[in-house]
Amino acid sequence: MTETTRTIEVNQLARVEGEGALHLAIDGGQLTVAELRIFEPPRYFEALLRGRDCREAPDITARICGICPVAYLMSSCAAIEDLCGLRVPAPLVDLRRLLYCGEWIESHVLHMFMLHLPDFLGYPDAVSMAREHGDLVRAALRIKKAGNGIVALLGGREIHPINVRIGGFYRLPTRAELAPLRDELAFALDAAEQALVPLAALDFPDFERDYTFVALRHDSEYPMGRGRLVSSDGVDLPVARYDDYLTEHHVRHSTSLHSRTADGGVVHLGPLARYALNHDRLTPRARAAAAAAGLPPVVRNPFRSIQVRGVEVVLALEEALRLIDGYVPGDTPAAAFEPRAGIGYGATEAPRGVLYHRYAVDAAGLITDAKIVAPTSVNQAVIEADLRHYVEPNLHQPDEALRAVCETAIRNYDPCISCSAHFLKLTVERR
Amino acid sequence: MRLRVLGIGNGARRDDGVGVWVAQALAARLGDSLDVRVLGDDGFQLVDALGGIDAALLIDAVQSGAAPGTVHRFDAARQPLPPALLRCSTHALGVAEALELARALGQLPARVAVYGIEGADFGLGAGLSAPVAAAAAGLVEELAANLTDRPCTNTP
Repeated sequence: MTETTRTIEVNQLARVEGEGALHLAIDGGQLTVAELRIFEPPRYFEALLRGRDCREAPDITARICGICPVAYLMSSCAAIEDLCGLRVPAPLVDLRRLLYCGEWIESHVLHMFMLHLPDFLGYPDAVSMAREHGDLVRAALRIKKAGNGIVALLGGREIHPINVRIGGFYRLPTRAELAPLRDELAFALDAAEQALVPLAALDFPDFERDYTFVALRHDSEYPMGRGRLVSSDGVDLPVARYDDYLTEHHVRHSTSLHSRTADGGVVHLGPLARYALNHDRLTPRARAAAAAAGLPPVVRNPFRSIQVRGVEVVLALEEALRLIDGYVPGDTPAAAFEPRAGIGYGATEAPRGVLYHRYAVDAAGLITDAKIVAPTSVNQAVIEADLRHYVEPNLHQPDEALRAVCETAIRNYDPCISCSAHFLKLTVERR
Repeated sequence: MRLRVLGIGNGARRDDGVGVWVAQALAARLGDSLDVRVLGDDGFQLVDALGGIDAALLIDAVQSGAAPGTVHRFDAARQPLPPALLRCSTHALGVAEALELARALGQLPARVAVYGIEGADFGLGAGLSAPVAAAAAGLVEELAANLTDRPCTNTP
């Protein structure tokens, strides 16, 4: 390296959710700083929940994200139900899992084919990619639509569903209403398996990291709406002890808080973590799809997250079909409950990883304190670490190429910066 | 000819709902035989709604700096919409992007008339501002006459 000082500035990183910037400083050929800077303004959701009735928490927090509102609905319900000691009847738990399947399908497919795949196929965006890969994009849109169909039916509408409440739903679908979803979901399941074939042939960077994976784990099912908090290094805790394990810290360069373990460790949430910690809980076709894609039971190459998402889409479609076939409407759309004072904890698996909610509620059922930790926020530190490790061997590359690899590495996570805000401007400073 | 009227917007954000208002007014005027769809800001729904038809009539609110109530007309089958008029959203596929995705996928109808009505008030609440309401009523008259005389004469 003959040059000692270089400055690169990227004003906007496309195809992530939200607004942010990446700052790299290179001093004498050594990478000294890799900071993912989130500069979306704070959104004050935790503050505006204070003084609201705890029954409002799901609908308020669902507005945090237009891509994964179901995750917010589910985590806030789980927390309030935990607080009230409310046991949700099994048919309603199944129906919530069906709703969550819908969200996983639409969110994962959007991320995989519209945001991330153009990186691997060398297109600036999905529209350019669609001109030459029309069949693949058409199939993706149809799979996504099948997921939207679930959310629209169970949630009342496709974006920001309105039919979920503490204890269950406002209105239950009939078997006759669910039945028409079935053919399209069956088509989408076959199409999702097919769509994984071209993904297996992609040229992934030879890059692996020894992540500490954290995800939920449940006795019998691949985790979505419930489970214990487990990690690849042996942590196994009830969700109520989340705060003992991960704590949030302000960092100067970002409006998104960073999460660390007590000894300063960085954890990795999301599809790679879920898959690694729950490979034995995959559905049969999802396991077969993973094997066909050449995925080992633990994937440490973050670039291959696009394939793991694809495996989870197969799983979600398979689960959705099972749940629809087994659906028998219960007597009541929601378990009755009375608010009580206390603290409730809830965590579910948003498409991008564990989404944790904690609420303190007073005797009148009003929220006195709320804590919401979006998975993207937790992943900030792991993204920065990926960038450091990935950029370092690539410092000889020209700025444009460096920028492209950084953007791709960030899109491995599809940071929903809006949720954590708490998009991407890249500055590279070479001294 | 299979024509579909697409009203885009959010009726809870004042003038942003003008596309929906025009579409619904056309439906009320011309009856159930008219294929009308009201869409929000999820562009993927728009890509889907453009499939399987011969002509689309799309109405949306725009914000270009022109006088409120100004009606902009575009032939989107011939060329992309002017980027300056279009909002860029990182979260959702916008109207222009949805039209381009449909074009890339070969499912853009042969005729796509886009009407953009310049809004004034995009704040919270229902109802259109006066200049936008007047422009919308005028556009409904014009479109209703065209649609009953001949199907979709908006594009050459």
